[in-house]
Amino acid sequence: MNGIHDMGGMHGFGRVEVEKGEPVFHARWEARVFGMSLLAGLRLGANIDERRHGLERLDPVTYLRDGYYGRWLVRLEQSLLERGVLRPGELAGRLAGHKAAATPLPKLPAPARPAEHPFLRTVDRSPVFRVGDRVQTRNHQPAGHTRLAGYTRTRRGVVARVYPACVFPDTNAHGQGEEPQPVYAVRFEGRELWGESAEPRSSVYFDCFESYLEPDAHA
Amino acid sequence: MSGADRESSDPRDLALRVEALEALLREKGFLDSAQVDAIVRHYEEDVGPLNGAKVVARAWTDTAYRRRLLADGTAAIAELGFGGPQGEYMVVLENTPTVHNVVVCTLCSCYPWPVLGLPPAWYKSPAYRSRIVREPRAVLREMGLELPAEVEVRVWDSSSEVRYLVLPERPAGTEKLSEDELRRLVTRDAMIGVGKVRVGSEASGG
Repeated sequence: MNGIHDMGGMHGFGRVEVEKGEPVFHARWEARVFGMSLLAGLRLGANIDERRHGLERLDPVTYLRDGYYGRWLVRLEQSLLERGVLRPGELAGRLAGHKAAATPLPKLPAPARPAEHPFLRTVDRSPVFRVGDRVQTRNHQPAGHTRLAGYTRTRRGVVARVYPACVFPDTNAHGQGEEPQPVYAVRFEGRELWGESAEPRSSVYFDCFESYLEPDAHA
Repeated sequence: MSGADRESSDPRDLALRVEALEALLREKGFLDSAQVDAIVRHYEEDVGPLNGAKVVARAWTDTAYRRRLLADGTAAIAELGFGGPQGEYMVVLENTPTVHNVVVCTLCSCYPWPVLGLPPAWYKSPAYRSRIVREPRAVLREMGLELPAEVEVRVWDSSSEVRYLVLPERPAGTEKLSEDELRRLVTRDAMIGVGKVRVGSEASGG
């Protein structure tokens, strides 16, 4: 989806501020949200792509305002509501001082049988592209989840590395199957991505799922 | 989805909200706070850039290990006991006098947890995510790393489940140092590619 999360190449965010001696978590609530989110992911059986898409679906103002763990908190609450673990208004009631007992848990899915690997899959076909092949990214703009960033769409590059077949986020995030396919690290020259504003001798290596790519027609 | 019910991001409100949420989930039997404690402790105490520094120092002192590390990062890193979530397929990128690699995740904040721990705030910031792909030299300069014009800069955007670790250059004048002494020089920033390893400024651990 063309959301606020797709930040590569945007202007206007200012300098990169580095904090000296930064702690792992800046507040206890961040640590609790992190731990609870990992546990909830396991209990609810949500896959990584679905969870990433949960963050992308936040409205842009919330996304920018709430920060990293703030976003995780909104997503955590949302997924608990969607699975019926939290009832609508239950958390707000608790915060307003209502002493009502927590509602019982709904039936949760049985833990999935662990796959052979979290995302690598064996497929019985060879990768379409090889190292050195000239490729072009498709003008792929689904409303749902994708890992093709806006700044890399319809760009021409060269395959630098071929990785094994992986679960395809675009379908896996939406319960449409794993559709495993090879992944390629594709090298895009700075000039191809940023035109005349590109810095000299710079390039971006971007991991592309095979369905994002087609042969470069002009090569 | 919206954050409309959360008009304020006041840290005190967030702390109360998270406390109430955890209490509810505990009462429901959905989670046990001791499990949350264990996860938090793991990422605060057991996992961090020290792990990556061990990998780098080994690669600097053991040519066969370096070769294995560059050929199959996941397996070579596992030899030192590191692996797990967000490090299940590791690729190691070697910095040289002519090629400088730097890592980002523009779409979220993917980061190799088992070797570097959880990402610092700047890595997750919109400024870094938006700018490093477009103007890497300018961003690196702001962060204190001036790359000579003749050095090629390669930015790796972690858009799949592959996780990247930069193998920094071993600084000159460290020939006599032991693996353990070398390990203490290696910084997190050098393993992301926003810094270089320098002699005389020991890793802060951060």
